[in-house]
Amino acid sequence: MTIANQSGDRSGGEPAQGEGAVPIEFRLDPGSGVPTYLQLVHQVEHALRLGRLAIGDKLPTVKATVESLAINPNTVLKAYRELEVRGLAVGRPGQGTFVAGTLGQVAAADLAALRATLLDWLASAEAAGLDHDAIVALFASAAADFRGRRGTEGAA
Amino acid sequence: MTIIESRGLGKRYRRAWALRDCALAVPGGYVVALVGSNGAGKTTLLHLAVGLARPTAGQITVLGGESAGSADALDRISFVAQDAPLYRNLPVRDMLQVARNLNRRWDQRYARARLADLGIPLRQKVGRLSGGQQAQLALTVALARRPGLLVLDEPLAMLDPLARHDFMALLMGAVAEYGVSVVLSSHVLAELERVADYLILLARGQVQVAGEVEDLLARHRWLTGPAGETDRQAERMCVVRARRAGAESHLLVRVTAPLSPAPPGWESQSVGLEELVLAYLREPGASALPGPAAVRSDSAGAGR
Repeated sequence: MTIANQSGDRSGGEPAQGEGAVPIEFRLDPGSGVPTYLQLVHQVEHALRLGRLAIGDKLPTVKATVESLAINPNTVLKAYRELEVRGLAVGRPGQGTFVAGTLGQVAAADLAALRATLLDWLASAEAAGLDHDAIVALFASAAADFRGRRGTEGAA
Repeated sequence: MTIIESRGLGKRYRRAWALRDCALAVPGGYVVALVGSNGAGKTTLLHLAVGLARPTAGQITVLGGESAGSADALDRISFVAQDAPLYRNLPVRDMLQVARNLNRRWDQRYARARLADLGIPLRQKVGRLSGGQQAQLALTVALARRPGLLVLDEPLAMLDPLARHDFMALLMGAVAEYGVSVVLSSHVLAELERVADYLILLARGQVQVAGEVEDLLARHRWLTGPAGETDRQAERMCVVRARRAGAESHLLVRVTAPLSPAPPGWESQSVGLEELVLAYLREPGASALPGPAAVRSDSAGAGR
């Protein structure tokens, strides 16, 4: 493992970036149970969906992120690698990591179809005897499981 | 390069062993968290690594085979002790001058730039700085020596939450910029979760857990299932900690394959670093050590 080389590629010798030039400010929710690197990935994805980040935008340097969140540089590198794997970012040696993909809004028709499936499922859950809280608990547990599996696959 | 390597390492103070039979091979480039209950041997291990104590048994090398405490090793290791030792009556500027004169390697530009970033005035007497600023000054001095290995004993103990965050931000910035390897002991588990990517857990003077954090987390799961089946599951896998709540059983288990599915009827959840550490601290008999565990299974195999 060579933190120095990897981070050097992305943060070493870069020109200082003005505060206003960074279009995203990472935050952490330590209580969420979501691994830190995935929180960073999700925040970039979220910003892409909302159009706050566009292709060509530079993501914060590893050093800047590390110094604002007080986290291990490898966590940021892992998040940026994951974004590269997902086709959303590209690292340019000596320059930084840049947005390279978009996440379009889901089409309204698709959303409506998904919603209809979910309503059917809710009806069957109620028929099986689950009350509102039990349904929410079951959904949250399944969603966490799903996300966790995605997380471990991403790490593998 | 291994940053710390020890074999059969032990330290006895008078008649009690503070550290015993300690085998480690910590690769470089990590931020290593050293945790354990009070009296588990953390400070002893750190003192052996930086050459402040001599082993009673076994050996320890640092920075790729340098004997701990040798002149070459001392040149490339910075150590910040628990109370962040500084010359309290000197102004910050003179403190830097002393450090510069005492050290063969010294990066004055780094020290001045960091102190300016941190807003620490050079004319101020060290003793008049806030606790957080004193800790940052001690860390800056340690980093300006441009060490390959930085060893910190309980650096967060005296700091408030904001000072902790700023201290860690300074430290992680140095890791990002220079790739310095770090070993720090701490009781502040929540803070370690964000910074550590290698864990060493000591219990009763012995290494209980040692390994890469990501790997350790992938190899542990919380299983929830019917209490009646607990014993059957315990035979099939390694249970670190078991808790029963009515008809349900919660097991922290070590799995052999990271993605192995939960047994039928059991729910499997991932484990956080803090939970993992707490579970092992509560079960000092449980071991997740790859080294000695392998030796043990070998001897068990020979006996069969």
